[in-house]
Amino acid sequence: MELIFEGLREAVARILTLDRDLLEAASASLVTSGSATSLSVVTGVPLGAALGLGRFRGRGLLLALANTGMGLPPVAVGLFVAVFIWRSGPAGQLEWFCTRQAIITAQYLLAAPTIVGLTAVAVQSIDPMMRLQLTALGATRLQSIALLMRESRLLILTAVMAGFGAVISEIGASLMVGCNIKGDTRILTTAIALETSKGEFGAAFALAFVLLGIIFALNALTTWAQQRARPQ
Amino acid sequence: MRLGVTTTVQDSGLLDALVADFERRSGRKVRASVQGTGAVLSLARRGDVDVVLVHEPAQELEFMRDGYGAQRVLVMYNDFVLVGPPGDPARVKGRTIVDAFRAIAESGATFISRGDRSGTDVTEKSIWARVGLRTRPPWYVESGVGQGQSLVVASERRGYMITDRGTFFGRSATLDLVLIVEPLPRLPNVYHAITLDPTKVPAADRVAADSFVAYLLSPGGQQLIGGFGRDRFGTPLFIPAAGLAEGSLP
Repeated sequence: MELIFEGLREAVARILTLDRDLLEAASASLVTSGSATSLSVVTGVPLGAALGLGRFRGRGLLLALANTGMGLPPVAVGLFVAVFIWRSGPAGQLEWFCTRQAIITAQYLLAAPTIVGLTAVAVQSIDPMMRLQLTALGATRLQSIALLMRESRLLILTAVMAGFGAVISEIGASLMVGCNIKGDTRILTTAIALETSKGEFGAAFALAFVLLGIIFALNALTTWAQQRARPQ
Repeated sequence: MRLGVTTTVQDSGLLDALVADFERRSGRKVRASVQGTGAVLSLARRGDVDVVLVHEPAQELEFMRDGYGAQRVLVMYNDFVLVGPPGDPARVKGRTIVDAFRAIAESGATFISRGDRSGTDVTEKSIWARVGLRTRPPWYVESGVGQGQSLVVASERRGYMITDRGTFFGRSATLDLVLIVEPLPRLPNVYHAITLDPTKVPAADRVAADSFVAYLLSPGGQQLIGGFGRDRFGTPLFIPAAGLAEGSLP
């Protein structure tokens, strides 16, 4: 018990004094997971909308792939990305091993399928009558898509948050491809594992609280957006 | 039996061989927690392991002084060497270890540190202290991972690094690294097994711990240690040292 109280006390002190290592890890986490999620949104939302609304060959297969991708094991993704970017690998020229780019790549592969799959579900969940009405009212194809996206924006936001929440909590792939380099690729999760293994529980607790705080803040924001938009 | 052991023993491949042989002879099952020396000793203080096999004398002696250890015995040793990229960009080959570190610092070549208070990390920092490096310049990269993975980081980033000979030769086939400096006098990397004091750490299984230590010191255990790696690397990775005094090692 003493270990826990001692650790908590030190954790609070580190957070209040804005400990430099803590800020570095938090910012590394936000930059990598933020970039990976942004890339996933830019590519995944249009693809998900196309899969949800479109009618084309291979659509079923792509949807099945996206759904499978939502459960990709991070360590498997870490392994594949690592062998690709090792200097001996096909993308070795990039020299990305142990860099933030490597972490972003792995996290993108983990977040994108979730965002594609959930966006497809979101746009499909809109009342089919609305789609008919839009056509009947003479909306162009692009106008219809824009309106449907607008209608499903809260569900898409939830999809984005699910993707971000998954990658910012992730450690397996990020450690394998990013290593755990201090001040660079040391993100909150890998720092927690390292401090715990060094027996520095205060530092580990502080990092864990910051991680939980970030996840809580984002979920609070999502919930607020959802509730605000609810018809009174 | 719960064993706390350092990453160098696992990453060199010796741990798997030792555990398999001990399990076969004793009929006991081994659960190994693999971390740096500092972390392994803190597991031991909390009673989360029964016996430890570690390699950082200063931390071990503090552990004994605090009364947590019952028996501390010398098991085996090898030495620390400086490895680096094949081109030796900082031109340190042939220098003494302190001169080599100074040349690395002056050239700004990448240097990989474990940064985790392991036996390797403590040894490395003691050399930097002799050079007088107190800041953390950008070329000084703290990998924050175990010995084997840190060597991969050094290989990928073309960095210099201090490593124990065992892990380096155990992994060298897949690394783009070569031996650069073999310090003389040697930088000893000495492994001790420590059993835990029953009053300070009542959770530890003393009988299991004693049987493991007895195995490590037995002719069978010492033979396995001395022969490990000879067939694959042409050189033993660890030198058995049961019964020797620490001060008498070559």
